[in-house]
Amino acid sequence: MQKKIVYAVLGIVFLLFPLVVASDYYQHLVIIALMWVVIGSAWNLLAGYTGQVSFGHAIFFGVGAYTAGILSTKLGISPWWGMLFGGVASMLVGLFVGWVCFRLRGPYFALATLAGGEIFRLIATNWESLTDGMVGILIMQTFRSKLPYYYIALALAVLCVYAIYRIMRSKWGYYFVSIRENQDAAESLGISTLLYKNVSLLVSSFFTGMAGAFYMNYMAFIDPQVVFSMHYISIMSILVGIVGGVATIMGPAVGAFIMVGLQETFRSSFFGLAPQWVSQSHALVFGLLVIFVILFLANGVVGDWDKIKRNVFRIKTSS
Amino acid sequence: MPVFFEVRNLTKTFGGLKAVDNISFQLQQGEILGLIGPNGSGKTTTFNCINNFYPITSGDILLKGKSIKGLKTYQICKLGIGRTFQVVKPLARMTVLDNVMAGAFCRVNTIKAAREEALNVLKFCNLYKDRDKLAKSLPIGGRKRLEISRAMATKPELLLLDETAAGLNPGELDEAIGLIRKIRESGVSILIVEHIMKVIMTISDRIHAINFGGTIAEGTPKEVAANRAVIEAYLGEEHAQG
Repeated sequence: MQKKIVYAVLGIVFLLFPLVVASDYYQHLVIIALMWVVIGSAWNLLAGYTGQVSFGHAIFFGVGAYTAGILSTKLGISPWWGMLFGGVASMLVGLFVGWVCFRLRGPYFALATLAGGEIFRLIATNWESLTDGMVGILIMQTFRSKLPYYYIALALAVLCVYAIYRIMRSKWGYYFVSIRENQDAAESLGISTLLYKNVSLLVSSFFTGMAGAFYMNYMAFIDPQVVFSMHYISIMSILVGIVGGVATIMGPAVGAFIMVGLQETFRSSFFGLAPQWVSQSHALVFGLLVIFVILFLANGVVGDWDKIKRNVFRIKTSS
Repeated sequence: MPVFFEVRNLTKTFGGLKAVDNISFQLQQGEILGLIGPNGSGKTTTFNCINNFYPITSGDILLKGKSIKGLKTYQICKLGIGRTFQVVKPLARMTVLDNVMAGAFCRVNTIKAAREEALNVLKFCNLYKDRDKLAKSLPIGGRKRLEISRAMATKPELLLLDETAAGLNPGELDEAIGLIRKIRESGVSILIVEHIMKVIMTISDRIHAINFGGTIAEGTPKEVAANRAVIEAYLGEEHAQG
């Protein structure tokens, strides 16, 4: 009951936010955070629930973004169609990535996806006839206002989180978690681990690809360094998941807002209040944050919410 | 009518080592066949060959006259061969109920049906009261029963039990024996590996004894216990002569 009220209030806040806060800057931040809700949740399905930790989600983000961009510049197809095609293209790439990488388990899988991300970045950089290489792809933005983008991002985020919520309450969800917990036991229980790891990867890559295509639409400019970035996409997806809480439905959503907020705070040197050099330190701060989360909040903000409440409450009563 | 389950000339080598050497045995429907042998004689390897965790080197394995050689592990489970692990493999961070539901999804597709099936199995295996505990919080006795429950939830016709009684105290042992009998009465055939003589001698209809990967005896528990080669394998040559 209490949960329902919280979600209802959150829903109203998100629906009204851009109408109340007119600032383009804050609207932009929330749009980016909503996009990260999608990527983080998608990553969490594969890594958190299915236990196949991906260090290469930039592959799917980049392929989604480039699919939308290339369809628009080369074939004149609206990049909004690209959101669908981008998701599908990412799934196809996911099929290939799974075919190669699922021969490996655990950390070896993670390293293979890390290498995969770099390979795709290099392909996008060097295949100039298709991608225009480092020049990048520039399209015309459809809307001048941020409002449409905001609601599209919100819808995508809600759709993604809800889809994963439904999946985790079905046979697939049980199979994913079984595979994470013990692949041999899962196999002996009649679970085709190869099939269901691929199912998880396909759903994950589809949503990540859609987020990539949305990014193309919204930013109107992409280049390989941005959308195939190991640091800003692949690692960021992991951070969003870990900070928010792996294997929780709302974890990546919370993590997305925390991480985008932190990233922006440091990028802008505390909104101009701190000296310029602070903006250089955000990688360091992310590193420290990961150490802190692993030491004190191993299950992330959502997973350890009870622990946080307890500790905060104790501080309150003792002071 | 073909034999219910048959292992025919099964051989498995790891490099130069013959872990399982030309073993053959048959299992009738509803029968409990015990597989015994000293440590390292190839019992668990035989199990791992049956459900294809290891590809077999030569020989054949047949269920109701059809070869299951080369099928994937999950396909073998779907055909009706369930197994437990000697070194238990609980799905640690899932509840006991969820563990068993993961097995039940082998035959049903909806959450509701799987939960119903899982609850029935948990009652059957006397693990019902622990259903909401995390699997990793169970003691060894509970984990062994969880292994059986999970395998039973896949509705097997043949159940492979790998040392499910090892590490249990005397009270739990009697319970385990009772459970295995109950499983047989429910119509499931059982192939069991066990070191504890009290268990294997009381519940097996027949026993197949192996040593160094090869068959040394087969027969009723009484016959096998009196067999010279078996005594030699377990107790040494001097006892076999006396």
